Amino acid sequence: MSTAPSTQVTPKRSFTASASVYVNERTSLAGFVKELGRKAFPDHWSFLLGEIALFSFVVILISGTFLTFFFQASMAEVHYDGSYVPLKGVEMSVAMASTLDISFDIRGGLFVRQMHHWAALLFVAAIGLHMLRIFFTGAFRKPREFNWLIGFTLFILAMGEGFTGYSLPDDLLSGNGLRIIDGLIKGIPVIGTWTSFLLFGGEFPGTAIVGRLYTLHILLLPAIVVALIAIHLVLVVVHKHTQYAAPGKTQQNAVGPPILPIYAAKAGGFFFIIFGVLALIASLFTINPIWNYGPYDPSPVSAGTQPDWYIGFADGALRLIPPGWEFVWLDRTWSFNILVPLIAIGIFILLVVAYPFIEAWVKGDHREHHIADRPRNAPTRTAIGAAGVTFYAGLWAAASSDILATHFSLTMEGVIHALQAMVIIGPFVAYFIAKRVCIALQKKDREVVLHGYESGRIVKLPGGEFIEVHQPLDEYDRWKLVSYESYEPLMIRPNARGKITVGQRLRAGMSRWFFEDRIAPVTKGELEASHSAHH
Amino acid sequence: MNRSKRRTGRRHPLATVALLALGLVFTGGAYAALSSGTAAQAEAEPTSQETIEQGKKLFQANCATCHGLEAQGTNNGPSLIGVGAAAVDFQVGTGRMPMQMQGPQAQEKPPQFTDEQTKQLAYYVASLGPGPDIPADSLVNGGGDAANGAELFRINCAMCHNVAGAGGALTEGKFAPPLTDVSGVHIYEAMVTGPQNMPVFNDLNISPEDKRDVITYLKYVQDNRSPGGFELGSLGPVAEGLFIWIFGLGAIVAVTVWITAKSN
Repeated sequence: MSTAPSTQVTPKRSFTASASVYVNERTSLAGFVKELGRKAFPDHWSFLLGEIALFSFVVILISGTFLTFFFQASMAEVHYDGSYVPLKGVEMSVAMASTLDISFDIRGGLFVRQMHHWAALLFVAAIGLHMLRIFFTGAFRKPREFNWLIGFTLFILAMGEGFTGYSLPDDLLSGNGLRIIDGLIKGIPVIGTWTSFLLFGGEFPGTAIVGRLYTLHILLLPAIVVALIAIHLVLVVVHKHTQYAAPGKTQQNAVGPPILPIYAAKAGGFFFIIFGVLALIASLFTINPIWNYGPYDPSPVSAGTQPDWYIGFADGALRLIPPGWEFVWLDRTWSFNILVPLIAIGIFILLVVAYPFIEAWVKGDHREHHIADRPRNAPTRTAIGAAGVTFYAGLWAAASSDILATHFSLTMEGVIHALQAMVIIGPFVAYFIAKRVCIALQKKDREVVLHGYESGRIVKLPGGEFIEVHQPLDEYDRWKLVSYESYEPLMIRPNARGKITVGQRLRAGMSRWFFEDRIAPVTKGELEASHSAHH
Repeated sequence: MNRSKRRTGRRHPLATVALLALGLVFTGGAYAALSSGTAAQAEAEPTSQETIEQGKKLFQANCATCHGLEAQGTNNGPSLIGVGAAAVDFQVGTGRMPMQMQGPQAQEKPPQFTDEQTKQLAYYVASLGPGPDIPADSLVNGGGDAANGAELFRINCAMCHNVAGAGGALTEGKFAPPLTDVSGVHIYEAMVTGPQNMPVFNDLNISPEDKRDVITYLKYVQDNRSPGGFELGSLGPVAEGLFIWIFGLGAIVAVTVWITAKSN
């Protein structure tokens, strides 16, 4: 009776199953999904910081695409004729006029513009926090050094994306920002003026810069960012995620819920939460009110002119330079008020980039590390990080020196001098405090492992002596406290030719600096000895 | 002879009554002039000698310690001869004078004098030498070209007061105050007299009509909230950065803690 062309009986499948089979027969995706879907992703809130950056970048892409439909990157002069009364008839560039149209005359335009800008601020902030997490837990160690470099490049690119975007509306604030960049470039000896003229297509501001920045902002930079994010994530999959020490977690495994379905569902939900938070902020809070700033005009500079937060450290560095660091020599003006901040920031950035390699060299450690450190168990690294954060924070705060002065009824000079001291002395103070705190916490951990924690129960012994009962840790908690590595300073050894090189001396010195003060983890022997003493 | 002797020797029987009446009138009049409850009843006439006299009394009681009995100035305060009625109306009307204490800048505070007393002081000081007068109502109530005013404001005022009139810092603890709730007449007077550290924008520099436009723009900003939502103090990127770090990233990090805590 059957008229089926095939005699083979196909099992009855659900729609999902048959759709999957259909796709798989054409793409062989099953193996990929099986491999990727079963990847474990360790669960810890700090492992989601990079995801915040990723998801806010998705929001930026979506909202930015909408904005490109209406933004016109031209510096041709027009007279504004939109709905905003206090700018009616004012001469401005087409870029500014179209941004005002987005804000006032295109349905939903202001909301999307604000969402784009807020998402950009969140993007860079999340990258910053993510980098701090990587640094302080030592998640940059072998095999992840390249991913540190890629992530760092993404941070710089994100700042570039932010700054080019900030400059596009051609309003007063963005024009002032570009003028500072122009001044910075012109302050570089020999090549400065040439570079500035090349960038601006002539004397500042010219009529080319907005179009050029637009190309960078929507084409080149996003393309590189997307490519690097892809590589960044592939490397995360290749390396497996780091995890914090706990029973059952080793250097060889990754323990956590599998990506499919649990983790994927969580991450998908997390994207919508971030989208929602950004939409809420964008609908309630004004950002970059270009209608207040008005069109760019090289003469006015508003009080309270600052860059967006992520460029603040550079602006702050310029503000902290004392007056008079500029002189004429060989018939040239030497602007050390610009060169010193540039060099200082350059060195800082190089140290951040190179840190994983420096630390590996100092340790002479060629093993892979997949268990993330607790910051206290790497006191010198944590202290270096604290010093770096203090340095950055001082520069960052300096960018708001005028706001600090007015809002806390201080003098501008007082604020500047305090921040100058913070930038120079602060890192050393932070270093010593952080290192002492780390070592103290390690001592506390050691004490707790060996003798248990204080239970608060006071017992009177028959002899009349009072003691507090110490409750021993359970094995799970103890594992977290004892499983870390302690490095010892390297010994200086002559090389194959029997010579001690300068490099080796330097390395030994650095190693001593890193590991001279250390608290060794509790050994099994110590633990047993302590147990027999207690029982 | 007898009569004349009697006249010089004796007071008129009604003299005591007249003296008493005169005393009562003066006391009552002074009370009425000084009392805030009745102040609204009388309008200070700029030209009236009485206004100037009242102003002088107020001046000598409240201002002379620093500015001198004849407003000639002392080591503690400048001469006020020639500053005009506008300067006094601004300084006293916004509560900056009498000054609470010596400092980098006179702070704004609730005015100490009623409008009428302020006017009396102003016309007294104006009577000492010619200076800018209190502007006419037509110049200070807006109604001008907001776009022109905004442009003038950005060029002449924004470097200290911020483009949105949110205020800004100057050197050595001085500052340009926010303009978010300053009345039109005080804005005008500030422009013509240059109080504290502010420069003078005279009528050759910015014409009275242009000043009216600037006031029109500031009124527009005062009356129309930001179309984008809460302004965060109109402070620009610093406030925005703080907000996204504390509330934006803060809220989302709280969510990450929640997401990962659920599985445990």
